[in-house]
Amino acid sequence: MFRRLPDPRARAVHFTFDGEALTANSGDSVAAALLGAGIEHSRTTPKSGTARAPYCMMGVCFECLIEIDGVANRQGCLVEVRDGMAVRRQQGAPGLPEDLADEGGQ
Amino acid sequence: MTRIDLAIIGAGPAGMEAAATARETGLSVLLIDEQPEPGGQIWRAIECNVSERPDNLVFLGPDYAAGAARAERFRASGANYWPSAMVWHLDNPETGDKTALVAWDGVTRQVQARSVLLATGAMERPVPIPGWTLPGVMSIGAAQTMLKSSGLYPEAPLVLAGSGPLLLLFAVQCHAAGIPISAVLDTTPAGAMTRGLPHLPKALLGWRTLLKGRRLMQALASSGIPVYRHVRNLEALGADSVERVRCTSDGQTVEIEATTLLLHEGVVPNPQLTRLIGCEHRWNAAQRCFHPMLSDRGETSVPGVFVAGDGGGIGGAPAAENTGRIAALEIAEELGAVNRPSGDIEIVKARDNLRAQMAVRPLLDAMYPPPDWIGKLDGDVLVCRCEEVSARAVRGAVADGAPGPNQAKAFLRAGMGPCQGRMCGLTVTEILADAHGKEPDAIGYYRIRPPIKPVTVGELAALDGAD
Ligand code: FES
Repeated sequence: MFRRLPDPRARAVHFTFDGEALTANSGDSVAAALLGAGIEHSRTTPKSGTARAPYCMMGVCFECLIEIDGVANRQGCLVEVRDGMAVRRQQGAPGLPEDLADEGGQ
Repeated sequence: MTRIDLAIIGAGPAGMEAAATARETGLSVLLIDEQPEPGGQIWRAIECNVSERPDNLVFLGPDYAAGAARAERFRASGANYWPSAMVWHLDNPETGDKTALVAWDGVTRQVQARSVLLATGAMERPVPIPGWTLPGVMSIGAAQTMLKSSGLYPEAPLVLAGSGPLLLLFAVQCHAAGIPISAVLDTTPAGAMTRGLPHLPKALLGWRTLLKGRRLMQALASSGIPVYRHVRNLEALGADSVERVRCTSDGQTVEIEATTLLLHEGVVPNPQLTRLIGCEHRWNAAQRCFHPMLSDRGETSVPGVFVAGDGGGIGGAPAAENTGRIAALEIAEELGAVNRPSGDIEIVKARDNLRAQMAVRPLLDAMYPPPDWIGKLDGDVLVCRCEEVSARAVRGAVADGAPGPNQAKAFLRAGMGPCQGRMCGLTVTEILADAHGKEPDAIGYYRIRPPIKPVTVGELAALDGAD
């Protein structure tokens, strides 16, 4: 669980996670916003369905993959949270365009 | 399509310095970066902290605050700047300019550059211990990023484990911010001082870094945070998230409660772009990682593609700035930039500074050697987090006839997931090298293919100027 240092000038950002209304601070990445709101895991793995959480917060581990406004496979640690964003936990391996998934994986 | 003299990828110390320098010579410059503001990982969210959370600069320290002036110089340089942008392909056609495909603002843009400077920096070495995939286990850099960018910190009980300067720095920053740490599990092997001593005379040239290290060690020692030394056999334990950490310290088993475990075993060059464009790499045995081969001008084996900063070999922020400056001046020379007053003198100066800054590396490498256990891994521990491939399976691939990582990948899917081997690449190379009894150079690394970042269908459809 994460806590926040006092931040008198912070501006609240309102977004939803799996339909639930949550609050973050402006400037948070989506991954930070979720951890700050007490969401322990943001995706499950395609192979075993195990819960995972962000590991690197700098774009290299891809553990923060998440659905944002209907688009899957976004790196939550690289996207800034915005008012009205609809974020959903990513379960398994949702649609990467087939050709890209193949090419990227070779 | 955007045409430019110099495309720089990465807005950390090397990228910002290179951009500002190249602009002074009259080159047109485009700097592309994944973050919303300049600074790289070291100066992450520097502008935001200066303007919105100045109190945090106190515990983040003067080296962090120094990033503000760098960001300002870069902003004023007249370089084009695409923040929050992802380079997902970089191509080096036989003739003509290099091409970068960049997802920015929902559209893929094509950039044609006469020269490219990769300033993509370092990443933390993945630390594949049992339980490292449990929620609650993160890298120290990740926690530091959350502190810098959002003022977020892990609730107690918090345990730090690993070795090296970043661990020290973060422990001291937390202490100064009043964030409680239950324990530091220091994995540095016994005899650090003895190992470092022979390197001390040469390292004195970098006395500033040495003094800073000394100050950090003293600050940790006087903080009252329990420190367990000579830690090995680290494990994260828990059902749905981490609950406890187990290890041995000086041979004794230690078990500590933790809801957050932060790991760090040094940093290594982020290899994705230099691999993608086909640069030659060599294994660095002292740092247990691959480096792209660079000329003293900073050029890779691919003509016109340069590397500056930690992506070319770990040197830290001040060294990164100097390599950025050198590369920019060399590129300006090569491209016949109009304005290079005393460029040669500048290069000599930058090289002198760089020499002093690199002088401490052998000492640091000796004091904080990279983990010796990663190549020996076996059993259930997950090596590839994305496709959930164990160390045992990677060893098994050798018996099945895999000579290198690319065959192991084909057999096991290790490195085929979304991170494209960023988290398992070094470990797989080390295990295969151990199993074959060969040097990592003979084993090699994953072949990296585009796209190196997830591209949405929308971003592909909107490829600008592709016709
Ligand atoms: S947390 Fe590692 S890529 Fe986002």
